[in-house]
Amino acid sequence: MNAGANQEAQAPGPLRLILTLAIAGLISGIAIIAIYESTLPTITANKARELREAVFKVLPGVSRMQQLVFRNGELIAAELMQKGEQAVYGGYDQQGEFVGYAIPGAGPGFQDTIGLLYGYTPEQQQVVGMEVLESRETPGLGDKIYKDEEFVGSFSALSIVPEIIAVKKGDKSQPNEIDAITGATISSKAVVRIINETHVEWSERLPPPGSEPPLVESDSPGAGN
Amino acid sequence: MKKNDNQAYDEFIKGIWRDNPVFVQVLGMCPMLAVTNSAINALAMGMATFFVLVGSSFLVSSFRQWIPKQVRISCFIIIIATFVTVADYTLLALVPKVHKELGAFIPLIVANCMILGRQEAFASRYPARLAVFDAMGMAGGFLLALFSLGAIREILGDGALFGVNLFGENFEPWIIMILPPGGFLTLGVILLFFNWFKFKKDEFLAEVAEAERSGR
Repeated sequence: MNAGANQEAQAPGPLRLILTLAIAGLISGIAIIAIYESTLPTITANKARELREAVFKVLPGVSRMQQLVFRNGELIAAELMQKGEQAVYGGYDQQGEFVGYAIPGAGPGFQDTIGLLYGYTPEQQQVVGMEVLESRETPGLGDKIYKDEEFVGSFSALSIVPEIIAVKKGDKSQPNEIDAITGATISSKAVVRIINETHVEWSERLPPPGSEPPLVESDSPGAGN
Repeated sequence: MKKNDNQAYDEFIKGIWRDNPVFVQVLGMCPMLAVTNSAINALAMGMATFFVLVGSSFLVSSFRQWIPKQVRISCFIIIIATFVTVADYTLLALVPKVHKELGAFIPLIVANCMILGRQEAFASRYPARLAVFDAMGMAGGFLLALFSLGAIREILGDGALFGVNLFGENFEPWIIMILPPGGFLTLGVILLFFNWFKFKKDEFLAEVAEAERSGR
């Protein structure tokens, strides 16, 4: 009892320690919530703008887009995704005619997951554009998959039947072949593999050409752009 | 007042040069080697660290009487982590591209031993004004070190600075410099230079002392 009292005199009681930490934690929590709430609108807007720009980039000639969710075995226009569902983006021209899909895909790259978006026109069965959304590829080497304009530009009118094949630079002879980047073979092959795998996954879910879901005016986040 | 000003200046300058956190104390090596593959990344990392260190030094020093020493480390970490979160969200909102490149290294500022070290060694013992000068000096030294490493590596490894091409088409980039080994090489060469300089300076001072003694 006495020893306890002695120690009490030397050191602040446990209540004081708990209180200090609790107050520090509380203030810190409030500060974090404040900064989170104040930056959230900008961050969400940035992400939405990035996605919309990417969709317009991978689907040339598109001026409107809407999100298409694969639900109960069919592709329908919906703004919100439920848990476990996957979505693609439908691109439409000025008259509201369907042009193509922008399909997101992801897979392992050289260092970390590569996330990308590619444009696909079902009628011609062609990949018409590709945009890397996220990657941690080596700066100066692997990052050429989005910095090398020649490589990015070669994803236009690229046949995906039966699949895209990456060949050594200059060896391209078939409509489904693409020149890999010298010095970034693994990263460029990873991009091709991601597109091929995503295509296999989606090709049976997409409706036959000509019966794509029509543009729903109120549901299109890109309308009036 | 005059003496105070001198002391503040001294606390500031020691972090920039004499006790530079990177080149002399060799602290904060993880971000130093990881995010200096381009000048802009190094600069953003340096500025985020600057903000965190100055902010937390100020708070720790202001509240140093109220923080019981048994829980001081936890309190320091709470303060540092709050500033890091603020820096993280601010970068994400303002410069999403840079934030993407820095990735996990922004949250990892919490674990930068230089920051916790300054709280324990300086901010928790000195008044707020000196603590802020000390933090600005240390963070400034860290920023300069990061930037010089990032600039050297980007110029040699990519032939560019801030993404602007410097040498034209015929420059063959020295790619190893922007890969991880380049960080070690560049840091090693800079440390070599720093130590050589210090060695020369000591030698010179010794020579002067010797000459004075024999002249008498």
